[in-house]
Amino acid sequence: MSLIVRVENLCVVYNEVPVVEGVSFTVSAGDYIGLAGPNGAGKSSLVKALLGLTPLNGGKIELFGQELKSFSQWAKIAYLPQKHQHNLLFPASVLEVVVSGLAGMPHIPAETAKERARQLLQDLDMTETESKLFSRLSGGQQQRVLLARALIREPQLLILDEPTTALDPQVREKFFALLSKINQEKGTTIIMVTHDTADIGRYARSLFYLDAKLIFFGPFADFCHSQAMESYFGDFAQHLICHQHAPHSAPLS
Amino acid sequence: MEFLDFFQYSFLVRALIAGSLIAVLAGVLGVFLVLRKLSLIGDGLAHVSFGGVALGLLFGVYPFYVSLPLTLLASFFIFKLSQRARIYGDAAIGIVSAVGVAGGVVVASLAKGFNVDLFSYLFGSLLAVKSSEIYFLVLLVLLTLAFLVYYYRPLFALAFDEVSARAMGVKVAWLNSVLLVLSALTVAVAVKAVGVMLVSALLILPAAAALQGAKNFRWALASAALFALAAVWLGLLAALNFNLPAGASIVLAGFFLFLGAYTYSHFRS
Repeated sequence: MSLIVRVENLCVVYNEVPVVEGVSFTVSAGDYIGLAGPNGAGKSSLVKALLGLTPLNGGKIELFGQELKSFSQWAKIAYLPQKHQHNLLFPASVLEVVVSGLAGMPHIPAETAKERARQLLQDLDMTETESKLFSRLSGGQQQRVLLARALIREPQLLILDEPTTALDPQVREKFFALLSKINQEKGTTIIMVTHDTADIGRYARSLFYLDAKLIFFGPFADFCHSQAMESYFGDFAQHLICHQHAPHSAPLS
Repeated sequence: MEFLDFFQYSFLVRALIAGSLIAVLAGVLGVFLVLRKLSLIGDGLAHVSFGGVALGLLFGVYPFYVSLPLTLLASFFIFKLSQRARIYGDAAIGIVSAVGVAGGVVVASLAKGFNVDLFSYLFGSLLAVKSSEIYFLVLLVLLTLAFLVYYYRPLFALAFDEVSARAMGVKVAWLNSVLLVLSALTVAVAVKAVGVMLVSALLILPAAAALQGAKNFRWALASAALFALAAVWLGLLAALNFNLPAGASIVLAGFFLFLGAYTYSHFRS
């Protein structure tokens, strides 16, 4: 399987405090990775580093075989940020927000863009909001629109930073189901930051546990049977995480 | 005087054309500036333009030719200052603004004798706009509209959410630079028309009015340009009928339009 991401000895420092220290890993095409860790563990910093949104203080990142410094294949990547810093005054319709996901892809004509956007809104049960102002939607609805904005790029790599925080349980299930479907049917590689290690175990195939340093990276089953992890988390915490874990059990529709 | 009477006098026609072109520029660029909380950039650049006008008058050069490059330089300075010097955009604008005014005042005090000319730039003289400035404005409007149409999606993404736009590979720094340059050019030429004190109002009021009831972003851009056009036409009409200063009348017309848009939007929702 081809490598999508290769990270070597990555270091990120904020205000002289190292938030990511000497992390190395690879991600292959079709992977679905849950990136978990405690608060302040460097999860968001790691994905921002992958996307070139924060400067590296050491190490090397390659995306799709191209070094990040000279990376130009942004059309293959989509990102759903942790917290959308939206402006309440911004007069954007839902359709406009979704279509804006194609920024930097001028070869896709306006009509095709609108068709794709409408299909995605339909998949996310958001058809009736098409002409509404984005700022008037609830937090959960906004999050779904932003997912549609990411998916309209038909990315090969989808990076999501705590995307389900504002969603109620029912919508969250649908959200995860859609991601599983995209991963399985289209082979989209997914890296999802989450603070809920147990929950992500139900959907993602691999767990990447970060606490500034890489603590664990591998299949959930290995995590649950790892003596090293048991000593790191403690017997009870590891049991809590693994108790809910039932890999690939996500409903697809 | 009625609206059609405008066309009997060439200086009025020039004023109307120049005012309308400035309105289109200020309207659409104002939407980006207001949404990105850079509303006061017009004020800052206008103050630098004031310094440029004073320098031009001191050295006997047509003020526009000095204020234009100086305003452009100031826009880059604001951009770099806010990017690299751990300073928020509004503080960077404040620094440049203060230096512009201080420089202008110092130059004016050094060379006594052109205070009347300088005063005309403080409050504008739309009726004294030259043909060469209209040609410049036509070119600037064409460039701005072409830029907005060609880069519409990236510009929307940038204005909506800069971080996500960068993650999409949008050349954020380049787009920001072009927007700043276009704003600087607009301010430099608008200072002649509405004056240093009022130019930022022309960037802010139409955009603020448009944002009250806009259904989408395209609508906001179009209606901001229309609000600005209406402000210029109504302001000019009032100025000529009641013998008022044109720049101030335009700004007041813009304010009443904003008030109307706000009231309509408030009662509708």
